[in-house]
Amino acid sequence: MDKAPVTDFATDFDHTDPAWVADPYPIMADLRERCPIAHSDRYGGMWVPVLHEDVQAIANDTEHFTSRSVVVGPGRPGVDAPPAPIGVAPPISSDPPFHSIARRLLLPAFAPKPVQNLEGFSQEFCRSLLDAMGDADVINASFDYAQHIPVGLIAKMVGLPPEDGDLFRGFVHDILEAVDLPIEQRMERFQPVDAYLTRVIEDHMENPREDLTSFLLEAEILGNKLEPHHVFGTMVLLVVAGIDTTWSAIGSSIWHLAQHPDDLARLVAEPELLPTAIEEFLRAYAPVTMARLVKEDFEFEGCPMKKDDWVLLGFPAANRDPAFFDRADEVLIDREENRHAAFGLGIHRCLGSNLARMEMTIALQEFIARFPKFELADPQAVTFSQGQVRGPRNLPIRILERA
Amino acid sequence: MSFYLTTVAGGESTMKIVLTSEKCQGHGRCYSLAPDLFDADDLGNAVVLVTGDLDADQLERATLAAKNCPEYAIEIGA
Repeated sequence: MDKAPVTDFATDFDHTDPAWVADPYPIMADLRERCPIAHSDRYGGMWVPVLHEDVQAIANDTEHFTSRSVVVGPGRPGVDAPPAPIGVAPPISSDPPFHSIARRLLLPAFAPKPVQNLEGFSQEFCRSLLDAMGDADVINASFDYAQHIPVGLIAKMVGLPPEDGDLFRGFVHDILEAVDLPIEQRMERFQPVDAYLTRVIEDHMENPREDLTSFLLEAEILGNKLEPHHVFGTMVLLVVAGIDTTWSAIGSSIWHLAQHPDDLARLVAEPELLPTAIEEFLRAYAPVTMARLVKEDFEFEGCPMKKDDWVLLGFPAANRDPAFFDRADEVLIDREENRHAAFGLGIHRCLGSNLARMEMTIALQEFIARFPKFELADPQAVTFSQGQVRGPRNLPIRILERA
Repeated sequence: MSFYLTTVAGGESTMKIVLTSEKCQGHGRCYSLAPDLFDADDLGNAVVLVTGDLDADQLERATLAAKNCPEYAIEIGA
């Protein structure tokens, strides 16, 4: 759909504008100076805070802001977004008090210990992807590597056939990047996902096994089995939320290292620095922006917010706020104090953050071990995703040295 | 006064970890950075392993953990 290009992001903000997709950071910096909460009449009305303190305040204010729709759509959500407190994909779309019940159910599966048990699988999986690259001089670190890793992990956890990876990665793309399509077309795009997950659920009802799908089908809230739409919505969440996000985080890290040979050499020489470097990649290239809806007319920091206005909750912008971080626009892989918000703030902290960190760690460890020197093969060819998840998509890398 | 003299003479800190569990959202920064001072419960939320006075080395790592908590759930205090 053709849209008018944005001429001023302060008053006509659009996160799908090519300028924002190509490089949002200078625009954030400009908005911090001038606004600092941008507005848009697009999408039926939207507010865009860019200061850490505003993002933090909104993330923690479940009284005035609801999570019943967290992906900005083509217009005001009205009846299309299921009502609070459950929402379409609990718990991400849920508000208190239901939120904590739905979240508590899932937290143990994503706690550090069960995630740690997947390290061996992840390592083998990453190595098999690297093996498949053969001895090519130029590889695609996004399409041949980063994007497969979260797909492999979530398929294993949820209990989807590994060979279906390409199929449901396509669904995720259609849902997350199709934000500016009319609602009818978005609903059409959702139908294959609906049919696929329904088949998965039915198969698990007939043949229960040790995975998250069977767990959800058996789980109870206050003595009652989950409603079918709760099981289905949570499946959508697990499949959608874990893939483009982690793919982006791994891709951005490799993209950075390909352009900063000193950082790459240092991580090869000092592997113990990797956890610190990963937190910095998460801060500087935070992939995820969430959304909230304004519950009722309400003034926030001088902005006259109206019921059902969107609020784009930019964790990437919060993470680049110079009032909160020293040298905020520099990537310092040994940054020790790093109170970043890449996994969100408040009650909706990313449920999969332990899993995402583990995947990033193994993915980068294995990539660097195999390719201790590499660079961008064609900087102009690198493209970034559009929407609320940001990361490199086309990422051709030239291998300069292999182990 | 005797308290003052004791702390100085012993060269020990009387600083402790104060975790406000209601603020913790399970980001896991503390138990990753200082696994001897913090652990995760079954939900991934933080628990404090050392509730008494911290030695100098512990104090340094506890402070680092506090400075990395996105929710400001950890304080180091007397």
